[in-house]
Amino acid sequence: MDGPGRDPSTFPPYLYEAYRATVRRSPKQPLIPLPQTLSEITGPGPAISAALHQTVQGAVGAEDTDLTTNMGTGTEAMGERIIVTGRVLDEHGAPLVGTLVEIWQTNAAGRYRHRVDQHHAPLDPNFLGYGRCLTDTNGVYRFVTIRPGAYPWQNHPNAWRPAHIHFSLFGPSWVSRLVTQMYFPGDPLQPLDPIFNSVPTGAAQARLVAQYAHDVTQEGYALGFRFDIVLRGPRATPFEPFEAAQRATR
Amino acid sequence: MSGRALTPSQTVGPFFHIMLREPMNALATPQTAGTRIRIEGVVYDGDRAVVPDAMVEIWQANAAGRYRHPADLRPAPLDPAFVGFGRCGTDERGFYSFDTIKPGPVPFDAQRVQAPHISMLVFARGLLDHLRTRAYFDDERANADDPVLHLVPQQRRPTLLAEHRTDAGRVVYRFDIVLQGDRETVFFDL
Repeated sequence: MDGPGRDPSTFPPYLYEAYRATVRRSPKQPLIPLPQTLSEITGPGPAISAALHQTVQGAVGAEDTDLTTNMGTGTEAMGERIIVTGRVLDEHGAPLVGTLVEIWQTNAAGRYRHRVDQHHAPLDPNFLGYGRCLTDTNGVYRFVTIRPGAYPWQNHPNAWRPAHIHFSLFGPSWVSRLVTQMYFPGDPLQPLDPIFNSVPTGAAQARLVAQYAHDVTQEGYALGFRFDIVLRGPRATPFEPFEAAQRATR
Repeated sequence: MSGRALTPSQTVGPFFHIMLREPMNALATPQTAGTRIRIEGVVYDGDRAVVPDAMVEIWQANAAGRYRHPADLRPAPLDPAFVGFGRCGTDERGFYSFDTIKPGPVPFDAQRVQAPHISMLVFARGLLDHLRTRAYFDDERANADDPVLHLVPQQRRPTLLAEHRTDAGRVVYRFDIVLQGDRETVFFDL
C-alpha cells in the first residue's frame, strides 16, 4: 500500500529560492508519508471524462481542440499555427484512454486573456487561450493552436518566461493528478528560467520540452510538435468487497 | 510495455482561471443523499498573508462511503446525484468554499476503517507541485481511530480538523490552509 512518494529526481522541490514566490508558499514542515488508500487510488478522472464525453458528443465541446477558432468570433486567431499532439501514458508505458487533457496559454504576443495580466502586449480578440480534449483509444491527444509568446514577469531583473503551454491532467487516480508546462525546443530563455530550472535534473527538464515532429507538420497549414506525458499510477490493487467496509457503510 | 520516466510538475501559475470555465464548487444538488455541509476556509502563506490566487480541488466519497470510481468495487450504493469532485479558486480574501455533503467512512485496509474525510489538493503560483492534504471533521468520534491521523504527530493533527459551526441553520466546517509557518497545515507525501 505504501507508494514511494514524490520522486525528488523528477519533481521540483517546494522551496526553490530562485523562484521567489516559493519562499513564502513552500511548507517548512516535513511532508507526512501517506499510504495509498481507497481515497488515493480512486479519483475524479473517470467521472469527469464520462461527463465531458456527453458534451463532446454535441456541438459545444467538439470545437475545443482548435484554439485558433474556439473564441467563436468566426475569425482565426493571429500567430504561427501549430499542432501539439502526444500520448498520455502510465509509468509502464500503457496508454491512458479517454483521459481529460486541458491546456491554457498566452496569445502570439505573450498575453493571457486574464485580468491579472497587465503585460503591455495586445490581446487578440479572436484568441481564448484554452482547450480541452479526451485522449483516444491509443492515449493520443491533439490540439491545433498558435505558438504562444514569451512574456516578462517580476521575479528578477529582466525576467522573461520562455514560451510554454500549461497542461492539466487528472488521469485514473488522485495519485495521477498533474499540472505542468510544455516548452518549445531550442528556446534560449529556458536555461534562464527559474521555473524550468526548478526541475532537478537535465533529463527531467528535457521531458518538459516538446519535439519538433515533421510527420505531424501539415503541409501548407501548421508546424507539428510532439509532447508525451507520463502520469503516476496507483500502486495498490482495487478494493474488493470485504466485511469491515460493508459494516462501515451500513 | 517498458518503464517510462514521469513527467515533472510545474506551477499552475497566476492565470489558471482561464481553465475554470464554470463554477465547480457546488457538489450537492437537491437530489443528493446525505447531510448538507459547506466546507470553507482561507489559504495563508508564511507571512500569514492571504493567498488570493490559489486553486483548491476536493475529492470525496458519497454519504454511503462509496467513491464514483471503477476501483471502488464495494457494494455500497452510488448516488446518481453525486460525483464527489470540486474545484474552487480563492478570491481576493484568499477564501474558498464548497457546498457538498458529509462523506461516509471508507475502508483503510481489510480490517480498519477511515474516519470521514475530504481529500484536498492546493495549487498556486509559487507551488511547483500541488500540495496534498485531507480535511477531517472535528466533531467526528471516528477520528480517534483513524489510521491516517495516527501517522501524524499528535500536536499537528488539529491542522487537519475542520471546525464545525452552525450558520443560519446551515452546517459549516471551517478549514483554513496554512502553507507555511505557525500552525502550518499537514501536507502529505503521496
